[in-house]
Amino acid sequence: MYRYDEFDHQLVGERVTQFRGQVERRVSGELSEDAFKPLRLMNGVYLQLHAYMLRVAIPYGTLSSKQLRMQAHIARKYDRGYGHFTTRQNIQFNWPALDKIPDLLEELATVEMHAIQTSGNCIRNVTADQYAGAIDNEVEDPRIISEIIRQWSTFHPEFTYLPRKFKIAVTGHDNDRAAIKLHDIGIVIKQNELGDIGYEIHVGGGQGRTPFIAKKMADFVPKAQLLAYLEAVMRVYNRLGRRDNSYKARIKIMVHETGEEEMRRLIEAEFAKIDASQMLSVPQAEADRISAYFANPAFAALPATSAAMETAQKQDADFARWVRANIVPHKQDGYAIVNISLKPIGGVPGDATDVQMEAVADLAERYSFDEIRVTHEQNLVLPHVRLDDLKTVYDELQAHELATANLGLISDTIACPGLDYCNLANARSIPLAQEISERFADLDRQYDIGELKIKISGCINACGHHHVGHIGILGVDKKGTEFYQISLGGSADENASIGTITGRAFTEETIVDAIETVVTTYKDMRQDGERFIDTYRRVGLDPFKERLYA
Amino acid sequence: MAQHSSKGARFQAVTANRLSDGEVVYLTADNQWAETFPAADIADGAAAGEALLARALPADFELHVLEPYLFEVLQDGAHFKPASVREIIRAAGPTVRLDLGKQADAKQES
Ligand code: SF4
Repeated sequence: MYRYDEFDHQLVGERVTQFRGQVERRVSGELSEDAFKPLRLMNGVYLQLHAYMLRVAIPYGTLSSKQLRMQAHIARKYDRGYGHFTTRQNIQFNWPALDKIPDLLEELATVEMHAIQTSGNCIRNVTADQYAGAIDNEVEDPRIISEIIRQWSTFHPEFTYLPRKFKIAVTGHDNDRAAIKLHDIGIVIKQNELGDIGYEIHVGGGQGRTPFIAKKMADFVPKAQLLAYLEAVMRVYNRLGRRDNSYKARIKIMVHETGEEEMRRLIEAEFAKIDASQMLSVPQAEADRISAYFANPAFAALPATSAAMETAQKQDADFARWVRANIVPHKQDGYAIVNISLKPIGGVPGDATDVQMEAVADLAERYSFDEIRVTHEQNLVLPHVRLDDLKTVYDELQAHELATANLGLISDTIACPGLDYCNLANARSIPLAQEISERFADLDRQYDIGELKIKISGCINACGHHHVGHIGILGVDKKGTEFYQISLGGSADENASIGTITGRAFTEETIVDAIETVVTTYKDMRQDGERFIDTYRRVGLDPFKERLYA
Repeated sequence: MAQHSSKGARFQAVTANRLSDGEVVYLTADNQWAETFPAADIADGAAAGEALLARALPADFELHVLEPYLFEVLQDGAHFKPASVREIIRAAGPTVRLDLGKQADAKQES
């Protein structure tokens, strides 16, 4: 794991002191709300429906046990005993009091964490594949370049007042788990025929009001030139991105309006201007220092299979189902990647209590080299667990209601906070996720349905990624009443696609029945081995529409 | 964000969030900020609504509350209730956590 150096410590410490002064001046009346609001937003503090909300950055979704324990402590001391993991691999606290937030941030800084770059028109917290460093066939651990980008972008004077917020995601694997094509910049780490590492760059993806899949701008940017190339993209955007209309200010709109070819030309022209001798690159010693933090932990040499695990699977059918659904093969023989579902049947997607966070932190410390990952699908991961330890880990998880065996299934829904918490919401998201998971609670039924990603947003800002759900649900408001629009065929992986709206919206009472109709239609039409998305891509929208509006 | 009041809204109240902790508050008849909706002053008609909102804007409230606005309420027998789902949720708390928010405080008191 990356550890702060003296500059990081100083920077975060100064920021907390500064914010403490700003809060004091706001409370004393010296600062107006107009002056204070942008300052609190720069420190991750939003005003929501019932209270302030603090968003804490989890860089590339990686946490140590100590850091996760601190989240539990914050939940208990400053909040109401729980936190909410988000689709940007961050954590949000829903109830902190304004005057206590500086103390909270000070405690957070002791574990090298902060809330900087979680809000405002800057380069936001970089996200990455949650299986980084654990999955087989990875070109390079994406957290190395993510950390370099984090250091480069934090407080970069040129990129503090961008036209709009800017999100970067990185993967080092062909299977995209970081939704890189839905980001302002998506980076895929590649290796060429000579064995050199470089980066495929996608620009202009995004969701919200006008969703777009990013366009590939470069096939292979050599390692030493990446920051300069990113700088070129940012400069083109900073210069030409629209500042007159916030709905049109994201780079995706610019790419769309400028056209892919012209955008590529503009970036390359800007890149060419960056003189080779002046090109920003990371000194080798610093790159080595950062890489070393992400080196493999001390894996033991173990057999590829575990008799203990196999016996446990035979004896405990629930454990066997959990292994089948939530365990992913590890690159190292004798180890596994453990997915911890934060989607219990009837639960709130992405929420974890202080006690649950501590339980996961303990497990990570004992069984996973002290590491936890947060996924953009609002689950947690223990990246390096011995096969021999899986049953023990499972038992512990189960004791804390964290062993739901539903990864990637219909009840593993992404849901944004929606109208239960969010000031911008049109409709509630969480109750729908709860009802859907209850309707399809039977795990055998879920396995029979197979991979199916439902994603729910409470408004068009699309924090719940509804555009890229196999089934997407968008909450809309009609005269103070909630309605829900369905879209089908979206996907956030390497074959990313934007879903198509089926037609008129459904009421709160009819939406779950409508989802069941979609699922039944798929089951009636699927051919051997087809997942929902495969069937949808083969048959298209019409058969679903016919049944939905019959 | 959902609309706070429909065009033809007859009854309205003013709400805001408290500066110190973000708690939802309502402007009362004696120009205080109360934590519960039944304490809210209700304006009847558009002009009364504007007058009610004007009472919420004086600079001295800047120290206590954020972003006051008018929202529609409906008459329900002898009482009033917020018209939109948004304001019903603000007045009670998250519908998915009945142990939190004003609804939880109300339970404790009863
Ligand atoms: S999608 Fe809308 S309702 Fe959901 S969290 Fe984002 S802004 Fe709020």
